[in-house]
Amino acid sequence: MTDFTYAVDADAVATITWDTVGKSMNVMTQEAFMTLNDMVDTALADADVKGIIITSAKKDFAGGMDLNAIAKMKEDGGDNPAKAVFEGVMGMHSILRKIERAGMDPKTLKGGKPIVAALPGTALGIGLELPLACHRIIAADNPKAKIGLPEIMVGIFPGAGGTTRLVRKMGAMMAAPFLLEGKLSNPKAAKAAGIVDEVVAAEDLLTRAKEWVLGAKDADLVKPWDAKGYKMPGGAPYHPAGFMTFVGASAMVHGKTMGVYPAAKALLSAVYEGALVPFDTALKIEARWFTNVLMNPSSSAMIRSLFINKEALEKGANRPAEPDQRVQKVGIIGAGMMGAGIAYVSANAGIEVVLIDADQSAADRGKSYSEGILDKGISRKKVTEEKKAEVLGRITATTDYEALAGCDLIVEAVFEDMKVKAEVTKKVEAVVGADCIFATNTSTLPITELAHASARPEQFIGIHFFSPVDKMLLVEIIRGKATGDRAVAKALDFVRQIRKTPIVVNDARFFYANRCIIPYINEGIRMVAEGVEPVLVENAAKLVGMPLGPLQLVDETSIDLGVKIAKATKLAMGDAYPDGAVDAVLFAMADEGRLGKKAGAGFYAYDEKGKRTGLWDGLAGAYPVADAQPELTEVQNRLLMAQVLEAVRALEDGVLMDIREGDVGAILGWGFAPWSGGPLSWLDMIGAPRAVEICDDLTTRFGDRFKAPDLLRDMAAKGESFYSRFAPQKSAA
Amino acid sequence: MTEAYIYDAIRSPRGKGRKDGSLHEVTSVALSAKMLNAVKARNGLEGQAVEDVIWGNVTQVGEQGGCLARSAVLASDLDEAIPGLAINRFCASGMEAVNLAANQIKGGAGQAYIAGGVEMMGRVAMGSDGAAIAVDPSLAMKTYFVPQGISADIIATEYGFTREAADALAVESQRRATQAWKEGRFDKSIVAVTDQNGLIILDQDEYIRPGTDMATLSALKPAFKDMGEVMPGFDKIAMMKYPHLERVNHIHHAGNSSGIVDGAAAVLIGNAEFGRAHGLKPRARIRATAKIGTDPTIMLTGPVPVTQKILADHGMTIGDIDLFEVNEAFAAVVLRFQQAFDVDPGVVNVNGGSIAMGHPLGATGAIIIGTLLDELERQDKQVGLATLCIASGMGVATIIERV
Repeated sequence: MTDFTYAVDADAVATITWDTVGKSMNVMTQEAFMTLNDMVDTALADADVKGIIITSAKKDFAGGMDLNAIAKMKEDGGDNPAKAVFEGVMGMHSILRKIERAGMDPKTLKGGKPIVAALPGTALGIGLELPLACHRIIAADNPKAKIGLPEIMVGIFPGAGGTTRLVRKMGAMMAAPFLLEGKLSNPKAAKAAGIVDEVVAAEDLLTRAKEWVLGAKDADLVKPWDAKGYKMPGGAPYHPAGFMTFVGASAMVHGKTMGVYPAAKALLSAVYEGALVPFDTALKIEARWFTNVLMNPSSSAMIRSLFINKEALEKGANRPAEPDQRVQKVGIIGAGMMGAGIAYVSANAGIEVVLIDADQSAADRGKSYSEGILDKGISRKKVTEEKKAEVLGRITATTDYEALAGCDLIVEAVFEDMKVKAEVTKKVEAVVGADCIFATNTSTLPITELAHASARPEQFIGIHFFSPVDKMLLVEIIRGKATGDRAVAKALDFVRQIRKTPIVVNDARFFYANRCIIPYINEGIRMVAEGVEPVLVENAAKLVGMPLGPLQLVDETSIDLGVKIAKATKLAMGDAYPDGAVDAVLFAMADEGRLGKKAGAGFYAYDEKGKRTGLWDGLAGAYPVADAQPELTEVQNRLLMAQVLEAVRALEDGVLMDIREGDVGAILGWGFAPWSGGPLSWLDMIGAPRAVEICDDLTTRFGDRFKAPDLLRDMAAKGESFYSRFAPQKSAA
Repeated sequence: MTEAYIYDAIRSPRGKGRKDGSLHEVTSVALSAKMLNAVKARNGLEGQAVEDVIWGNVTQVGEQGGCLARSAVLASDLDEAIPGLAINRFCASGMEAVNLAANQIKGGAGQAYIAGGVEMMGRVAMGSDGAAIAVDPSLAMKTYFVPQGISADIIATEYGFTREAADALAVESQRRATQAWKEGRFDKSIVAVTDQNGLIILDQDEYIRPGTDMATLSALKPAFKDMGEVMPGFDKIAMMKYPHLERVNHIHHAGNSSGIVDGAAAVLIGNAEFGRAHGLKPRARIRATAKIGTDPTIMLTGPVPVTQKILADHGMTIGDIDLFEVNEAFAAVVLRFQQAFDVDPGVVNVNGGSIAMGHPLGATGAIIIGTLLDELERQDKQVGLATLCIASGMGVATIIERV
């Protein structure tokens, strides 16, 4: 069995049908590419064949390249992986170019066979690059289909001619959102943008494709860039209009990526250099930059975490072998910000929701939160009125605990207080069935202790949602000491239903995410207290790929919450509490009423609309800026190590059970420098010996919080990396 | 060692670099040839009297392309045996031409040169020759490229210059230039531009705005704020390069930045023997030259390190210099120079500068050497230093000494 099949019909039109064996979505592998190549050769060589339709047997056209195949290409290269990748990519170019030229005479541009791509649905990555090499793209009018080149999202860029063809087709400026932001379109929008040529009713797709093949003239087969006198739309780089585009593009890409994402830079260079030379040379340039990106450790790490491992976790890489635990009816206790958000994502996923709060108006407010989100979706034409009614119809807002009868999952999201939560647990367990799993949404309270209130601690589990629930992609599932496998499976199946990415960790203070974020914030505040320029702290964080500087982050999450956490931690740790220097600043800010964004005053100043206007100018008075300022990299090492060492300790302590979860969770949970592939990938990138060296230096100068964990020292001594020492089972990548 | 002397230094009046500017009808070649002819006529340079013509020009495309120096020689009355070298060091091209000529003379390669430059900014638009540093993503990102106006605003931010200080410098430049013209201080060096019939096209700088005051300037909007803060957001690039900056203070505008003009200048440089052979009296010797590369993002700070270098290389101190010409590309460039060396603003750009009179890119370096020499003679002082900031992060300086 092959991934493509070949057939010629009575009218001598060949159809090459993509149908990846054993997958619900077509993905391209090297072998499949060879099969496609052979079939194209056959059709071109067969004098009777008039033209070719390339289509799919599945409901979609293709999801993209099998990214594991790229990794394999590298591995197969042995001592010279760059050469293997470059030659592999050039091989793809020559096949796609053969399709594009389709046997025509290169001088007269006559005599080629028409080749049409007929897309029944989604066409992503190579799934669009292949059609772009065809002479016409016809898409079925399937509003759910997504068409685009999302490669940039996982740290690479369209490297099978998609970059060069799209820019030559629509110009650098117009192609920018599709290449640089990975913008996806439905078929109609793709037609409007000029990516596809035609949108037809799904049932007419193949008829229309055949009709086009039979009616195509020589001129219909010639791409603009192969015709005489081609000029790039919008102007090439040294054309006056193009000049401004390219000057601006570098600045925008550089500013947006903070210079840490190699793919965006390489993409832009491929576009610029390619625009100055003939098409085939441009493809070669694209291949060189693409190879360069694939050889960059950042790209490999991003592909590993953001694509391969993220998907593995979503598909249940760490799910205990329990029967299907999909949730039918969820009860959510507490209709505040978190409860309301959880209700929305659940109802939106088709789950029946009972949303409970102490008084009816609070419960109703919780439900109206969903209405607000749906209305926004309607105004953006993403949601229909019917869909809104359907989703809202699934949510019952009530004060009546009896309504929880029949729920197979409870998510308790009440106030962060042991006593309150214990009461709710008891009250719920009194009305729900014996099989019901009880999940508590908390970011700080220990699950094992909360479970004491439960009569069925093996069915009690922690689920830590991030705020805002509808936007944040990660859910942290916390196993208490007594939590059983079915509870974990239930939580994982629920997370999968609401289409978020789960990590499963063991119970310990602040679990995983907050355990790492708090030291990051603290390190930033500590530096301010030391006299480091606050702006340097903030910019250093952003320049290493953190979405928010530590001072902005604490302003957003609120300074009083920081104070509360600090007090509780101090109480729990006693004399061992290490963050007195941080508290001096934090408590002083709180005492002045500078509680952060919500108070319109914090480390930043805000205008009357609540917009940040800049760092608070009173900071310099309270914490005078020292004459000697640290190097940027020192500030960055402190900010990164503060987080990364916690991740290592979490692994040492057994809180983190899978390094993939440590990396994926960090990126999705708190935006940890995505270019790095996550904290553990970052350590692998710099190497354990260098990491220990940095730790030793920071420990000498700034204290024991930077002490290299034994695990890291051991790895340095043995020359190990996290992904070699803790390699997950082969089956799960 | 052989000395290189300045025997003559002339310049055209500067016309507004626009379609309605007086010199807009004159070609780059013609204006260059007029300068060469004037030098020849004033100094009696028959035959192969000079080794070469070194001609600075920044935007070397169209009529300014194709080795403009050679075209200018062939268009002029000079002997065809004199070749012609077109050079480009951006805004210091005219000065680099003088320095290159002087240093070749000092090294024994020829007895005399005509060095100078031209820029017809209204005819050949600045930037129309392209520039990889701005457009090529690999290079633009590696160098944290920002346009010069942003660089000037970064200087203002980094060194604490206010809009008021920049405007005050601009007002003073206008006042000094107006006064210099009124008193005829440039008379012996200005060569009026005439047509083929001998009719005058322009005989004085037309960019100056006499009577400019703080109120006039305060009405002008910062020119680089939008490209910095909005599209495409160059301030972010500045922040990435200089992470201790929270924001860029945009203080520059059309009134405190150099003017876009058409103009040309030429300097006759030779050794002592050349002077004797042609019966010419040397006016000054070129005592020292220097060039340096600097941080390309803040870009325009070159005058400070190149001045430090030229002084150190020649065992001099800032106190040895009587008068300064620091090209007024942007007000902050001059403010930074004065701040760094703590020099009296009264001895810097005594007769105004490019803010008032305009900055014909390829010519300005030669213009300010001539202006400096004229003023040294007028004040009967000895030593002067001229310097310019340069695109992509460079600096060039020349020290002249009257003889």
